[in-house]
Order: sequence, then C-alpha cells, then structure tokens
Amino acid sequence: MSKAAKTAEVADIETTSVEAEEAPIEGRREISETELRSITEALIFVAEEPISAKFIAQVIDVERETIEKAIEKLAQEYELRGGGLQFREIAGGWQIATRAEHHEHIRAYLRSKPSAKLSLASLETLAVIAYKQPVTVPEILEIRGVQSPSAIKTLLDKRLIIAKGRKETVGRPMMYGTSKEFLIQFGLKDLSELPSIEDFQDLAGGAIE
Amino acid sequence: MEESTQIEPTAEPTAEAAEASAKINVAGAQPEIASDQDTDQLKITLGEFEGPLDLLLYLIRQEQVNIYEIPVARITDEYLRYLNLMQELDLTVAGDFLVMAAQLIELKSRMLLPRDPFAAAEEQEDPRAELVNRLLEHEKFKAAAQMLWSRATVEQAVFTRAEIETDTNNPEVAVGLFDLLRVFQQILARHKEEVLMEIEREEVTMAEMIDRLRNMVRSAGELNLIEFFERAQSRRELVVAFLSVLELVRLSEISLVQRETFGDITACAVTPAT
Repeated sequence: MSKAAKTAEVADIETTSVEAEEAPIEGRREISETELRSITEALIFVAEEPISAKFIAQVIDVERETIEKAIEKLAQEYELRGGGLQFREIAGGWQIATRAEHHEHIRAYLRSKPSAKLSLASLETLAVIAYKQPVTVPEILEIRGVQSPSAIKTLLDKRLIIAKGRKETVGRPMMYGTSKEFLIQFGLKDLSELPSIEDFQDLAGGAIE
Repeated sequence: MEESTQIEPTAEPTAEAAEASAKINVAGAQPEIASDQDTDQLKITLGEFEGPLDLLLYLIRQEQVNIYEIPVARITDEYLRYLNLMQELDLTVAGDFLVMAAQLIELKSRMLLPRDPFAAAEEQEDPRAELVNRLLEHEKFKAAAQMLWSRATVEQAVFTRAEIETDTNNPEVAVGLFDLLRVFQQILARHKEEVLMEIEREEVTMAEMIDRLRNMVRSAGELNLIEFFERAQSRRELVVAFLSVLELVRLSEISLVQRETFGDITACAVTPAT
C-alpha cells in the first residue's frame, strides 16, 4: 500500500538503519504495537507536511516496516470509523486531513473562500509540464501553440514547478518539472497516480475507426 | 518565436489520415456557421481562446467536422474572419494568431494542388497531418488541464490542521516574568513621551499669544516685531504670532511703524481715542 512511501527519499535509508541498530537505548525497541501506532498517529498529526514512514521510523528509532504496518492499521481504522478526518497518502508521505465533503462548514468556520484558482493558461501549461517533464520552455510553448511564457512564471511563483537542470543542447535551456507542492495541491501520492495522457486521446480525437 | 510554431514537414501521415484524405470534402457539404452572431456573444467567446490552436479547435467543433477531415478552405476563412473581428473589437491580436493564419493559408494552397495520381495511397501525404497532430496533442493537454482543475477543486475542500505554535515559529512565547515587566515599562515610558508631545502642540493658543503681544507692547510702549517673532519656538507659534499681530492691528490696539525704508517694523500701543 505504501509504495510511494517506500520509494520516497530512498537516498539515506542505509545509514539510518545502521544508526538504528547502533542505538544504545535497548528499551526503546520494546514499544508495544498499540503504542507505536498511537505515536505514529501523533507524529503524522503534528507534522507540517505529509510525513513518510521512513522519517517516522527515524524519529521513533524503529524499523521502517513496523511503521508501515502501523500506518496500514491506522488507515484501516480511519476508514472504518468514517469520521470527519481522513488518513491519506500524499506526496510520498502521510497526512491527516478533513474530509472534502465538510468543506462548506469548515469554510464557514474559517470564514475563508476557496483561494484563487489557476487560470486556464496556467493549468494547460502545468499539464504539459506534468506529463512531459523534464521539459524546456520552447517545448512547452510549441505544444500549447502560443508564444507567451508568462504562465510558466506564475507556476514558478506558486512553487508548483521547479527547475530540473539544463538540457544538453544548443543554448542549454532550463528544464522544468513538477514539485512536491504540486503533488500536495493536487492530492497525488506520486506522479504515477496521474491518469495516462493516452487516456485523454479518446476524448480528444473522438471516435476513430 | 518563429522556431517554436513553424510546421516541420517531417510528420509521417497516419493510416487514418491517409484514408481520410481520400474523401476530402471542401466547404459546402457542412452547414455554415451562423454568420450573424451578435458581437456581444463573440466577445465572450474570444476571451476564452488561449492561443491559435484553441481558436482553431473551437472553429472545428462549431463546424462539427471530423478533426481528421478538416475542410481547410472553410476553416481558414472562418479563422481569418475571427481575426478581423478581434481587430475590430480592438483586441490586440497576438503574433501567434497571425503565424497560424499564415500557416493555414499555406495549407489551403497546398490542398488545392492536385495529387500525384500514380503515387501509392500510403505515400500520399496529407498536408493537414501535421496540423491535425498538433491539434490532437493540444486537445489532450486541454483535457489533462481539466482533470487537474477538478483535482485542485477537490483538494481545496480538504483542510489540514493549522500551524502549531512552537518556540521557533513564535519566539515571544519564551519569556519570563521580568521580560514582561521590562516590556511593560518600555511601553509606559513611550506612553509618557507621547503625552508630553501632545502638551507641546497645544502650548500657545491664539488668545495667549494676543495677550503676550499686548502685554509686551504695553509694558515697553513699543516693540520691535523681529524681537517678538524670534521668541516663537515653532512654526506653528510663529504663525500664531503673526496672526495675533494682524488681530491687534485690526482691533486698533497697536499700530505698525516703519521708520526707514527696509528698516525694522515696530509695534506701538495706540492710546484709545476718548
């Protein structure tokens, strides 16, 4: 279930587990399953951003698999309880959030309106970047058939896209890709959760024999 | 900007496109788009076009034709008509719209050329293939943008907890009682200063200034006005002093005398006429 959590931040897993084994406090390893689950939930609640199983394991100083099991159980519990909160996987981590259907009352309480949406031009540009990344500005404009790169700046300002190095071609143009913020704002576990671009083919071309 | 929109004649015609080319149906077969649309309606529509591909897709849908069988001549005419309209409405027609117009006209002329009757069906490249591919690609991303839009809408309805207060994001919390006292004293001190300033501002009223001038003139019999004005400590006081001189002259309590040209002006007490 937590494929994304596993793949996220793979970089220094090894060092972590080594540290974990060398941890001097033996007693820590004897946390009961229930307690571990409860600590995991508390950490996910307190975390500012979606937090990965690996990171939680580091904090509590236990094996990642144990945390993954705890998370799985928590997700089931939340699902079963059917309360106002959802326990979900997003942007390679886990998060506790309200259920979307309560938005009206929550907004009434917060006295907030839905924030300004992206313009159609920005959304189209974002779609091109999401599916073609890493992609350069000329390539984006070519697909969109327009000359103005202003939408790209908007997306950079909103931190939805980030520079992903330069393309080794004439002029070494900057390449762009989507950011973690993009996953968060669009409620995606990871990029593989985006529907395949070919699925839009039928919509686009209409019935083709 | 030219390089990104130029049609590269590299695209291989797809089987479908080649098949479609066999039954080209240039203008006339399809119902014409209503040409007497009022301008208001068009204004709204025009605003939605993000670029020439968008406009082209819209026209093709209006014409209700298969995207693989674009009636180039008619669509080109429609496209140019829209550009004219945009210009009439004083909308700046972006360069990319004009580039597309040029490409459409070129395409239209290429469609008029007779096909090589001896070439095999597969080799007959449909001149529209490149444009069709671009339109399809564009449409795909439009659909993807739609999907992103609905995802974002759902996400906006989901809330996470507000920021938790910690010493890092709110360092003021980490103070003791004495810090609090010190801050309170600072506030008191600042408050005192403010009160002082207010008194200063109210220092001299018009009535006081008139009294002062009257007394000075009376006690000395006469008064050099430069001396009087120099006593003023602020701009405001100076103004009040000047006004009080005018006032006493008006009331004929003093008269102003200048004994020599460009000399000092002296205020003299006027003995009330009996």
